[in-house]
Amino acid sequence: MFSIPVFFDSFAPLAWAARYTLLVSGLGIALGLVIGAVVCILALSRSRPLRFIAALWVSYLRGVPMLVQLLVVFFLLPVIGINVPAIVAAVGTTAIVASAYISEIWRGAINALPRGQAEAAVAIGMRPAHVWRRVILPQAVALSLPQLVNELILLVKASSLVSVVGIMEITRASQAQAATTFRPLEVYLAAACLYLAINLVLAALGRWLEYRMAV
Amino acid sequence: MDLIPTYGPMLLRGFGMTVLCWVLGTVFGMALGLLIALVQRYGGAVLRWPLQVYIEVIRGTPFLVQLFLLYYGGPMIGIRLDALPAGILGLTIYGSPYFAEIFRGAFRAVPPGQIEAARAIGMAEHVIVRRVLLPVGLVSALPALVNFAIILTKETVILSIITVPELMYQTQRMSTETFRYLEANLALALFFWGLVEVISRVGRRLEARITRHLVERT
Repeated sequence: MFSIPVFFDSFAPLAWAARYTLLVSGLGIALGLVIGAVVCILALSRSRPLRFIAALWVSYLRGVPMLVQLLVVFFLLPVIGINVPAIVAAVGTTAIVASAYISEIWRGAINALPRGQAEAAVAIGMRPAHVWRRVILPQAVALSLPQLVNELILLVKASSLVSVVGIMEITRASQAQAATTFRPLEVYLAAACLYLAINLVLAALGRWLEYRMAV
Repeated sequence: MDLIPTYGPMLLRGFGMTVLCWVLGTVFGMALGLLIALVQRYGGAVLRWPLQVYIEVIRGTPFLVQLFLLYYGGPMIGIRLDALPAGILGLTIYGSPYFAEIFRGAFRAVPPGQIEAARAIGMAEHVIVRRVLLPVGLVSALPALVNFAIILTKETVILSIITVPELMYQTQRMSTETFRYLEANLALALFFWGLVEVISRVGRRLEARITRHLVERT
């Protein structure tokens, strides 16, 4: 029943489609890092309304399934008069969802630093901006790296959902492939292998970073 | 709003289906995860390795692809399932390695002294599991279990893609019939947001209850 040639033949088109998987998840995390930093700053600010906005952002984005958010964005943009290609909506949604998780990762990392370090830095006369740049951020970024890699792995898997809005990434390509070859088992198995390969590489990277960052 | 009389019952059925899938997927996934964690702990190396591979494979692949494999690929090797059982089985399989890892971590957090003490007073190994490992481990596992149960509520919407008639599926049907995509999806978003808030509150209450006999840490 299981046809090994079909299985291996599926890899080439799927691997080519993987560039969209990598694009969506890669750009998603890159933009997510930027937005996440802003959200994290809001969450740590002294102003109550700003903290509330950050909390609302995180709670909404973590509380609503990504598939639903993707469709909200996809159908909302035309309504408010913005017509963008599906790929922009897909990357945008991925980045926005990622920003919520990333801001929490960074907040956790910053909170995990002993308070005494910032106090000591102030005590030896560093200005606040200096304290952030020289003491808090370098350590917090190092602490958060393994978790950020973890988030990237989650995004690679979540990027399978953007197949629903028509992006030709691994999952969509395997659907097309399965429809033309009538061999869903082999094709989806090949897709699973590809995802697994990408994620094993990322996981190895994560372990290496963790090892490098261990003090 | 004017859609409620026409589509209300359909959406309610969808909601029921979502909850059904979530509850069964979580319960079975947790049970399978617990079983995996116990076998990994007591089963020896022969069983530990295949299970570790299973965990890595399931955690390394997207849920959607797993569902496609099960629902569209399954019939080729004689596994013929309707959408709903396939969806629940899919959720169970998808959740089990995460639950297994949570249980494994929790078991490791049980102080070894307690297990040694149980052994010293002559408890059989299965009694230790039931009386020491599980109750003590559960306390530390609960927050993570609730957390993952919440993640699973959000995974149920993916079942709509293999035509399980849950809430997302019904909402999509409503929106293709009425062309009100935005309202439908926004309503869905609000619904899940609410559901997740409720479950996390219940989870916190549960946590407070299960740890009520513990000394409060400051």
